[in-house]
Amino acid sequence: MENLLSIVTFIPMLGAIVLALFLRGDDEMAQRNAKYVALIATAASFVFSIAIFTNFDPNNTGMQFVEERDWIMGLKYKMGVDGISVLFVMLTTFLMPIVILSCWGVTNRVKDYMIAFLLLETLMLGVFCALDLILFYVFFEAGLIPMFLIIGIWGGANRIYASFKFFLYTFIGSVLMLVAMVMMYVDAGTTDIPTLLTHTFATETFSIAGIHVVGGLQTMMFLAFFASFAVKMPMWPVHTWLPDAHVQAPTAGSVILAAILLKMGGYGFLRFSLPMFPVGADILTPLVLWMSAIAIVYTSLVALVQEDMKKLIAYSSVAHMGYVTMGIFAANQQGVDGAIFQMISHGFISGALFLCVGVIYDRMHTRDIDAYGGLVNKMPAYALVFMFFTMANVGLPGTSGFIGEFLVLMGIFQVNTWVAAVATSGVILSAAYGLWLYRRVVMGDLIKESLKSIKDMTKLERGIFAPLIFMTLLLGVYPSLVLDIIGPSVEALTHNYHAAVDAFAPMEAVETTTH
Amino acid sequence: MISQDISTVLPELLLAIFAMASLLFAVYTSKDKIAPTLTYVTAGVFVVVALWIGTMGGGAQVAFNGAFVDDAFARFAKVVILLSGAAVLVMSKEYMLRLNLLRFEFPVLVVLCTIGMMMMVSSGDLMSLYMGLELQSLSLYVIASLRRDSAKSSEAGLKYFVLGALSSGLLLYGSSLTYGFAGTTTFSGIIEVASHSHLSLGMLFGLVFIVAGLAFKVSAAPFHMWTPDVYEGAPTPITAFFATAPKVAAMGLFARVAHDAFGHAVSDWSQIVALLAVISMFLGAIAAIGQRNIKRLMAYSSIAHMGFALMGLAAGTEVGVQAMLIYMAIYVTMNVGTFAFILSMEKDGRSVTDINALNQLAKQNPAKAICVLILMFSLAGVPPMIGFFGKYAVLTAAVDAGLIWLAIAAVIASVIGAFYYLRIVYFMWFGKDGDTLDDNSNAVLWGLLVASTVLTVIGTAPFFGIEGAAAAAAQALVN
Repeated sequence: MENLLSIVTFIPMLGAIVLALFLRGDDEMAQRNAKYVALIATAASFVFSIAIFTNFDPNNTGMQFVEERDWIMGLKYKMGVDGISVLFVMLTTFLMPIVILSCWGVTNRVKDYMIAFLLLETLMLGVFCALDLILFYVFFEAGLIPMFLIIGIWGGANRIYASFKFFLYTFIGSVLMLVAMVMMYVDAGTTDIPTLLTHTFATETFSIAGIHVVGGLQTMMFLAFFASFAVKMPMWPVHTWLPDAHVQAPTAGSVILAAILLKMGGYGFLRFSLPMFPVGADILTPLVLWMSAIAIVYTSLVALVQEDMKKLIAYSSVAHMGYVTMGIFAANQQGVDGAIFQMISHGFISGALFLCVGVIYDRMHTRDIDAYGGLVNKMPAYALVFMFFTMANVGLPGTSGFIGEFLVLMGIFQVNTWVAAVATSGVILSAAYGLWLYRRVVMGDLIKESLKSIKDMTKLERGIFAPLIFMTLLLGVYPSLVLDIIGPSVEALTHNYHAAVDAFAPMEAVETTTH
Repeated sequence: MISQDISTVLPELLLAIFAMASLLFAVYTSKDKIAPTLTYVTAGVFVVVALWIGTMGGGAQVAFNGAFVDDAFARFAKVVILLSGAAVLVMSKEYMLRLNLLRFEFPVLVVLCTIGMMMMVSSGDLMSLYMGLELQSLSLYVIASLRRDSAKSSEAGLKYFVLGALSSGLLLYGSSLTYGFAGTTTFSGIIEVASHSHLSLGMLFGLVFIVAGLAFKVSAAPFHMWTPDVYEGAPTPITAFFATAPKVAAMGLFARVAHDAFGHAVSDWSQIVALLAVISMFLGAIAAIGQRNIKRLMAYSSIAHMGFALMGLAAGTEVGVQAMLIYMAIYVTMNVGTFAFILSMEKDGRSVTDINALNQLAKQNPAKAICVLILMFSLAGVPPMIGFFGKYAVLTAAVDAGLIWLAIAAVIASVIGAFYYLRIVYFMWFGKDGDTLDDNSNAVLWGLLVASTVLTVIGTAPFFGIEGAAAAAAQALVN
């Protein structure tokens, strides 16, 4: 199975092509067939990805399952995974069948909907597997197209504004990255990511319009990549597209957005920013750390006052992503481990939370918190599931949310105590908005007339949540499952990073003495 | 000697004979009745000549004492010009018939125009440059105003003629200055004079005037004023023609003059071209936002695209010329598909060009909407479509030549430009229910739309040898 990664990546696309070419009509039968084809394609992709997981050797910190073919313009079609990316591939393939199941009730343009999700899965997997700069960019950018359509066609009332904002916001971030990628190609003469990981980009200080750029080329390139990943992540203050996109997107779109698309930013930091521009990263680390700390506190406070459930969860996502960037730029074993762990765990938890909102939205067609209250009386099973994921989101020990946050805070404490102190307050705030949301929606007496006839979760809905609950608990009590896989790769990453930064420090000292 | 000269210009010669013969034939026989047949025959001749030139191979040949150059660069441009000309002819037949515009002069004028373009990309002398340019322009003036009873079409033709004459004047003045200071009109002579020392002031002025004249022909801002009006006023198939072949020819000529005649003064013209590029990209991106007429919108889009192509030229390197050629080939592919779609836009049996008319196309004709969606994202330069790779090529060329500021400006302009392409997608896919377009299923237009879309998507996998051909072409020009 030499082409395992390509198989996993392109099976969903194959499903999309089958749907596009062979499925005719829009009656109930055709709709069901479309859903089944999508489910089979995503499930097949997941089954093949298990083979990646079982054959993956965690102690090998290099790229594994590498495929390489010549492409156009001197570019290469090169795929491969290492300890950092393999779990994102698994997360994506694991969540996609669940996402497809969650749209089982959709009736509007089902075929197109399924095609969009299948293409999106291929593009997301491609992002995590690509080992060629431009190939990565192609997957990274192309993912905007299906997401733009998902929000724009199947979204809520204000979907047009949200879809344009989503597209243009992320597009402007990424084109700057494209220029930096072209510069890397011109500088290093290759677009091969493993080669670029060993290439040292210039750090000589130069000045643009009288401003001295310490760290030189590396700082500039870091900033260009930062523009892209910070928007994607999203980090404060460029996070404003996310609440709009989340609120307007259909449930399944929100799940993918929160669970997988946001992780591309974090993955990008780990794959490009830290290892390729260590000096630039080191110079700008304080900025990034404080931006993360502000994100955690500020967006948590904003989440407290939201009237819309999805918006609240969207802001909570921004806050949790703040922990991720903080952990990554702590650049030590605990911090980066925690960041990756947090991303994986947030994938399950935030996905599940959006599904929870979807469950009651499908019944009541409103996301206003005020429209609910006392759901526990009519929907005990739902109350339990929602409770579980609210707690996991807060970071209750025993759930995966705790491990990620704890590791990140441990990592950041060794680097910057003040940032750690500010960030820790976010844990309390997250409990505040999480529990308050839960109380307003689920607890109390059922007094609203419109809620009197609401039904508890169906078997299908319970089935959708079961694997998510299982994974959240499993990772919560047995974190080694993740940490053993990412550990060696993270160790290599942080080791190389500190070696590069240390090598720069004496140079800097020499420069300052000579001036 | 003369036989060798003739054999070098044989394709152009045969096309000219073909044009004259068909003119005579049509006049003496059935006049406009054979126009549809003649249109298809002309398209067929174009394809045959394109195949012939494309497979000719061989190195560079010079004819008529250097006035005519036949090298890989010229052949590449000629193939693109001929094929896009053929595509436009094929797609215009039905539309022109319906408007009662299909006179037999139309294909003949297109052939003459094409000969002019082939002359332009092959010119090795200021005189032959001007001859080719005028042959092309005069034919274009006439076909722009082909619809005599329409005020807009006449206005388009007249406007194009007056401004075109002005630009030809600029070009001629520049040529005369260059001749005066270089003492020769051949490119090989000029480049020798230019290589000895720094460009003299007169030569520099000549260069600036020539560049201004050429910028008019490629419709680069700030010499773009005629473009939106001519695009809007001319019948749509003519607009499609304007947007494809003449652009390739003008860009080819631009590269030819820049490298063959002023190749040793790259630093002198590269900054002018870079400025033209950046103004064009931003103007094209920003001015298109307010457009409701899809033809005007495509006019601004073409201005922006010319800006990108000029960026490759501004690099002043072999890589830059290669990127420019790739960009133009991709641009033509996408535009043929887009105009095939615009030609098929009809409401109640009448052609419409308002983008509001696209409302809910996706519901009514999903296959067509998918094609246009792909073309729009490709024009916007979003991967994985081929339009992105064109942008990537010119960006690489620019950064390679140290023009990083230009690359950054270009990507920002492309984000602004993405907005109006997205808006077309928005009308087609997110619009509210209401009037829709007629279900027009003209097989030719449909075929061209699908072919162009398929090339746009799968072109990224093998690239159809464009890359190698463009590399050879660039090498022939720059060295």
